[in-house]
Amino acid sequence: MSRLLIALLCGVVFGFGLSLATMTQPEVVLAFLRFQDLGLLLVLGGAVIVALLAYQIGPRLLARPLAGAFFEQRQAPFSRRTVIGAAIFGAGWGLCGVCPGPAIAGLGLGNLDMLWALAGIFIGAWLQARFFGSSDAQAR
Amino acid sequence: MIETLFPNGPWHYLAGGLLIGSAIGALYLLAGLVGGLSTFFSASLSWVSRLPALQQAKLLDSRSWRLAYAAGLILGGALFAATLGHFGASTRVPPWLMLVGGLLIGLGARLSDGCTAGHGICGLASLRWPSLVAVITFLSTAIVVAQLAAHFGVLP
Repeated sequence: MSRLLIALLCGVVFGFGLSLATMTQPEVVLAFLRFQDLGLLLVLGGAVIVALLAYQIGPRLLARPLAGAFFEQRQAPFSRRTVIGAAIFGAGWGLCGVCPGPAIAGLGLGNLDMLWALAGIFIGAWLQARFFGSSDAQAR
Repeated sequence: MIETLFPNGPWHYLAGGLLIGSAIGALYLLAGLVGGLSTFFSASLSWVSRLPALQQAKLLDSRSWRLAYAAGLILGGALFAATLGHFGASTRVPPWLMLVGGLLIGLGARLSDGCTAGHGICGLASLRWPSLVAVITFLSTAIVVAQLAAHFGVLP
């Protein structure tokens, strides 16, 4: 199976899960951030437990992925940017209750309001590349 | 107790979370790929922008599968709408707030090199402490901002 097809199918399951967990509704995320409904903790906890098993056990049992060349590692080292970026991300998340995955999956639910958030995310990603991108190597 | 913490019930949250973890786990076990989502935005911009930071090998090499992954997310949302849900969801968050919030999300996630999926799920599953720091930071900031926004009536 090609990695494009694998990525597509895993994306389908991801998008279905986000929708089932109502993470695609900004109101639900905002209710969590205001401590009115702690459901988001169950979503994150459930996802981390399953992913943790795959990430930790997979490379110990398998020499390589079942249909791939090697197991990728998250590489980015820690720097000031890790924290400053996370704080900026959190401010945006707290303002609108949207994050990248739900913004994309929400489109499939027919929520065209998500186009505003997606436009914003693309602009933000471009700004990062334009003004903070060139020093990537030095800063880390 | 359960009703107080989870007024809408806990089960759909847990089931959705397990599905999300399965998707990220399967992508790793099958293809060896780390399925964060914020890199999708930079990788997609590499098709249209010549900025050096957007022409890095790690973006060019991954932009195709990231695009397929994002297309899958849209299909997954549509599949849910067609089976258990319904089409035509909307939100009371006004467009300008989605745009401003989105901008901060894109800028911050790319600076930090991860979002709720990249740091929150993949990073924690990799047992990487920088991701734990990022998760604690963005959760705290988001809680403060959301509470302030509610207090000052910015949000519905």
